[in-house]
Amino acid sequence: MLTFTIRRLVLAVPTLLFISLVIFLLLQLAPGDPMAQVPLTVPPEVKQQMREALGLGQPIHIQYFKWIVQFFWIEPLNGIDALFGTGLAEGKLRVISWQTRSPVIDIVIQRLPQTLWVVGVAYVVGILIALPIGIISAYRQYSIFDQAGTFITMIGFSVPPFFSGVLVIVIFSVQLGWFPSIYDTMHAVDDWASFKVQIWQMFLPVMVLALQITSQISRFMRASMLDNLSHDYVRTARAKGLSEATVVLVHVLRNSMIPVVTVIALGVPSIFGGAIITEQVFKVNGIGQLLITAIQANDLPMVQTLTFIFAILIVLFNLIADVLYGLLDPRIRYD
Amino acid sequence: MTEISDPLDIDRPPSNRWAEVWRQFRAHKGAMAGAVVFGLIIAGVFLGPFVYPHDPQYLPSGRDFITLRDTRPIYVALWDSSAKVNWHYVLGTDNLGRDNLARFLSGGRVSISVGLTAMILSIVLGTFVGLMAGFFRLFDGPLMRLTDLFLALPILPLILVASVLFRESLALSLGPEMGTFLLIVGLIGLTSWMQTARIVRGDVLALKEREFILAARSIGTTPRNLILNHILPNVMSPILVSATLGIATAIITESALSFLGFGFPPDFPTWGKLLNDAVDRMTLYPERVIWPGALISLTVLSVNYLGDGLRDALDPRSRSR
Repeated sequence: MLTFTIRRLVLAVPTLLFISLVIFLLLQLAPGDPMAQVPLTVPPEVKQQMREALGLGQPIHIQYFKWIVQFFWIEPLNGIDALFGTGLAEGKLRVISWQTRSPVIDIVIQRLPQTLWVVGVAYVVGILIALPIGIISAYRQYSIFDQAGTFITMIGFSVPPFFSGVLVIVIFSVQLGWFPSIYDTMHAVDDWASFKVQIWQMFLPVMVLALQITSQISRFMRASMLDNLSHDYVRTARAKGLSEATVVLVHVLRNSMIPVVTVIALGVPSIFGGAIITEQVFKVNGIGQLLITAIQANDLPMVQTLTFIFAILIVLFNLIADVLYGLLDPRIRYD
Repeated sequence: MTEISDPLDIDRPPSNRWAEVWRQFRAHKGAMAGAVVFGLIIAGVFLGPFVYPHDPQYLPSGRDFITLRDTRPIYVALWDSSAKVNWHYVLGTDNLGRDNLARFLSGGRVSISVGLTAMILSIVLGTFVGLMAGFFRLFDGPLMRLTDLFLALPILPLILVASVLFRESLALSLGPEMGTFLLIVGLIGLTSWMQTARIVRGDVLALKEREFILAARSIGTTPRNLILNHILPNVMSPILVSATLGIATAIITESALSFLGFGFPPDFPTWGKLLNDAVDRMTLYPERVIWPGALISLTVLSVNYLGDGLRDALDPRSRSR
């Protein structure tokens, strides 16, 4: 198991390098000029110097190498500095945003909690709703509950978040006035009342994201349970006289969870992608919204870093899914 | 579920495989409903302009602009007698006096065309890669590594970035509408072929070991004919299923792009774009949000049901589920 994990970790490195190269080359084609905002009174030779100070104008492979070094070496060193108060990265050039002229990572770290709160809570809520629905749907196949559940998950699967989000805003915050339509990130949680306000304002975005997650996972859960329910070991367990709850919730559920757990792990990156849209609908200033504004403002270092962070998430969770699969299912341990 | 075919039932006419598939498909109520609804939407969107010949780009001028802008759909008059309605504009007009229904129809034409074209591109790419990887052992490793790498790309951020970067140059060379259309179709197609490639490769690998392929090989069939006449027809069913589901993903991706403001130019409506434009005034004119959103959702829902039914009909192993 350990060798397998290590092998997968080593394989992840060329994947990440390839993706970083794709992202880098794509952005090299960008037509924008970071000096476009500089006043016209600044003479052209000074502009040229400013451009060179930003690292532009060098050959592409050197720019790429410098970015890789900045991202994988200098930024982690800065992280260590911030944690332990050391001075490892002093005087080294960091990845600087063209919009704010401050380090990109600092801005990302400012924005990350909002995204993580909304996305993380939505994911947990979605899974908690999805699993029972999937189990009951499969156990009572073709019952009214199953028909209704399948229909609702199909709808959740098909209604895009930019519509369901807008719809719940129209219904619950405009017509009924129950929930706020805008997520206030300045809101500080320090007592019970403010915690309640936080829950209230998180409710709509979390529900919109959770609807999607629930539909995907409960479909998988149902299919996986159905697959297992018809196996011989279930008949054996029943023949031994085990109670129905034990058969379903211990024997069948444990085996059905194997593919579902990997699907849950694989779904994490895509939910960050989906959060881009949900953040836009509910005006959450998380990393999705940061990406959109950075693209619109032609802030290439920011776009590069954020896209790469999304890529790292995908590779990381693919790895986690693989390792989990090996851990849970002894038949497919790879070593 | 489906009726069990009686082996002694000799009255039933002899049927080929596709007749059997059609019988299975018809028995799946959701799939039939999906097919009917999707057919109706396509027919409505493409034939609608002949029945309802209003110009979606027509802007009233002068006094007409004041009287014709911001009218509500005629059904609003049922509960709100003071609403500004106009019987010539069944679903009302927008803030510039353009006909909403005509805009929904023309928006749907674009959305569905994008969905269908992007799906065809992604299916052709995926099938080609899958066939090559499955059939020629030499290509298997590299092509599958490539597929894995593409699967690890962050799709939505990359599409967003690329749609901004290439818009200007394509719009200059092909015109703003055609350029954006090709750009979006190309981006969606290039980033969604991986699942098809994997499925096709798996099926081709299994097919290659079968006797009829050996027989065809031993009478000297060239690889080209072997693929076109023997392998491709046998992997058609998974391709069909992923094609159907691919339409749904492509339509959603296009609408998401338009919704985020990275899609078509403002005077060229798609459902996602119409939805996005209407969000700011949705408290006053909820119909402008709900209609495009409902149309997107209905299209995707019907296509998903259609794909589910097709899968059940084409793949006997999954039928019992």
